[in-house]
Amino acid sequence: MANVLGRGEKIFQVVIHVFLIIFALCAILPLWVLAAGSITGEQELILEGYSFLPKSVSFTAYKYLFYKAADILNAYGITLIITITGTVTSLVITPLLAYPLSRKDFRARNVISFLVFFTMLFNGGIVPSYIMWTQVFHMKNTIWALIIPGLLMNGFNVILMKNYFAQNIPVELIEAAKIDGAGEFRIFLKMILPLSLPIMATVGLFVGIGYWNDWTNGLYYVTKPELYSLQNLLNRILQDVQFLSSSTVSQAAGGATSMTEMPSVSIRMAISVVGILPIMVLYPFFQKYFVKGITVGAVKG
Amino acid sequence: MSLKRHAAGGGIRQIRILFQSQKSQNMESGEESVRTKNKSLALRKQWPFWVMIAPGMIYLLINNYGPMCGLFIAFKQIDYAKGIWKSPWIGFDNFTYLFKTDAAFLITKNTILYNLLFIVVGTVMGIATGIMLSELRRKFETRFFQTVILLPYLLSWVICAYIGYAFLSRDTGLINGILRTFGEPPVDWYNDPGKWPFILLFVNVWKGLGYSSIVYMSTIIGIDRSLYESAMVDGATKLAQIRYITIPLLKSTVIMLTIMSIGRMFYSDFGLFYQMPMNSGTLYSTTQTIDTYVYRALMQQSNIGMSSAAGFYQSIVGFILVLSANAVVRKFSAENAMF
Repeated sequence: MANVLGRGEKIFQVVIHVFLIIFALCAILPLWVLAAGSITGEQELILEGYSFLPKSVSFTAYKYLFYKAADILNAYGITLIITITGTVTSLVITPLLAYPLSRKDFRARNVISFLVFFTMLFNGGIVPSYIMWTQVFHMKNTIWALIIPGLLMNGFNVILMKNYFAQNIPVELIEAAKIDGAGEFRIFLKMILPLSLPIMATVGLFVGIGYWNDWTNGLYYVTKPELYSLQNLLNRILQDVQFLSSSTVSQAAGGATSMTEMPSVSIRMAISVVGILPIMVLYPFFQKYFVKGITVGAVKG
Repeated sequence: MSLKRHAAGGGIRQIRILFQSQKSQNMESGEESVRTKNKSLALRKQWPFWVMIAPGMIYLLINNYGPMCGLFIAFKQIDYAKGIWKSPWIGFDNFTYLFKTDAAFLITKNTILYNLLFIVVGTVMGIATGIMLSELRRKFETRFFQTVILLPYLLSWVICAYIGYAFLSRDTGLINGILRTFGEPPVDWYNDPGKWPFILLFVNVWKGLGYSSIVYMSTIIGIDRSLYESAMVDGATKLAQIRYITIPLLKSTVIMLTIMSIGRMFYSDFGLFYQMPMNSGTLYSTTQTIDTYVYRALMQQSNIGMSSAAGFYQSIVGFILVLSANAVVRKFSAENAMF
């Protein structure tokens, strides 16, 4: 293959490789710096700061985090609960709304489609939302505040699914099932859903990552440390590293806290590594669906 | 009818869809006499749909339409003790206060200028990277670079703030460490507003490049290969092919996406502008946007009046911009318009 390429073509290939390698390094090196910082000796960090290649290696930061495991595990638990509950609920209500909109014999489909679509054009903003969720629904400092506001469903995903149903499920199939006496719910459960696994995976992935990474709901609605999600805990520690040494959950849980002195410079990096790890481990597995999801959204969104 | 864009791959497809709905309407009117006789049957056919859409619609009505109806609080002096409904109406007072401050001008300027910067640089970088990814000759290379460049997109803004801190912290940051080894004086990044337009631009491109390059690459892959083959037969170099085939064929996608982002110009990424500067007050002159202002007025100063006025201003102007952007797209190419 290579000897078929002309000289210009060869230069072109070299140039695009150089650029792409630079971009790839820009994406990876910051994560490397976090990881390296988390295992650098505290003394070196104080004198020389974070670096790509630490001279001294120490796991004190992780040991300290281990003593504080109660806080971190609690935050992981909250994040897992909201991610699973939110994603599952979203994958129930989104297709249930999208499917009738794809059916030509649903008479209100134009009106409902417009109501869904309009939410993508206009929104009331955060102030009325905040007042509504706190004053009307009293969600402040409840786990519901991390699940319900904003993230559960959005118009874009509904329209994405509606189009998928409309384009991939032949009307004849539905007609045939009806003639065989199947009701609408049976058709939806036994026929539509099994045929829509790709779009369900894509939407579920994006919704799930949205929950895992969300820190804004916690910022607005949660002040109790017991209800901090992982991102909220990370956010709090970034702003006030002492929060970790004074935090409530671990003291209530064990008490054996101030035994080790906190390595305050490396601890920030260690806790961020703990925050990124699950996504990095899972990324190779869902990478394919993720790219596919972006392409689907790009073509039809 | 309002969602043509989503269903359509191109003009012909759309006409077909329109034709189909026309046809089914005709059929419906043909069945009209049967239906009136059998009204209960028709009702029975429709109710399962209503049951299905109920949970989703209730959520949208509360989560999205609730706050829209709540926009009126910008004209009230909210007092939690009295409740939302009993708080007194004060007309445009909140807006008068807001626009008397320097903040109103600053946040509008910052929001719009950052958007313009991001649109221009982000689009150029996205197209360039998309072209490069699609020109790689080995499939696994494309997949590898795609995967790696997309990584930052997956990180939460909180993690990005940690990364920023590792690089920019005054005493322990990586960049100041490098400056020190070269004998340069360290920079106090979190107190130097002049540096932040560059930092925020870099972070924005860094985080969004993977996404936008995939969007452009998917368009490039859709281009008819025979165009390139015949160009090669004619002796066109790679650069000539990109210049005369790829870029012209990307034009309509680029125009459409650009106009759409212009429609979003009154909104900013709250995570980028709130997390990256780590809430540093000295940076407000170059990092405060409408979204961070609304947040700070509401949550840190408990000034509901100012924040609701700014939010109202953003919602309304934002809506007008989206509608205008769509009108422009429709003029360019009707098939790409949203409605």
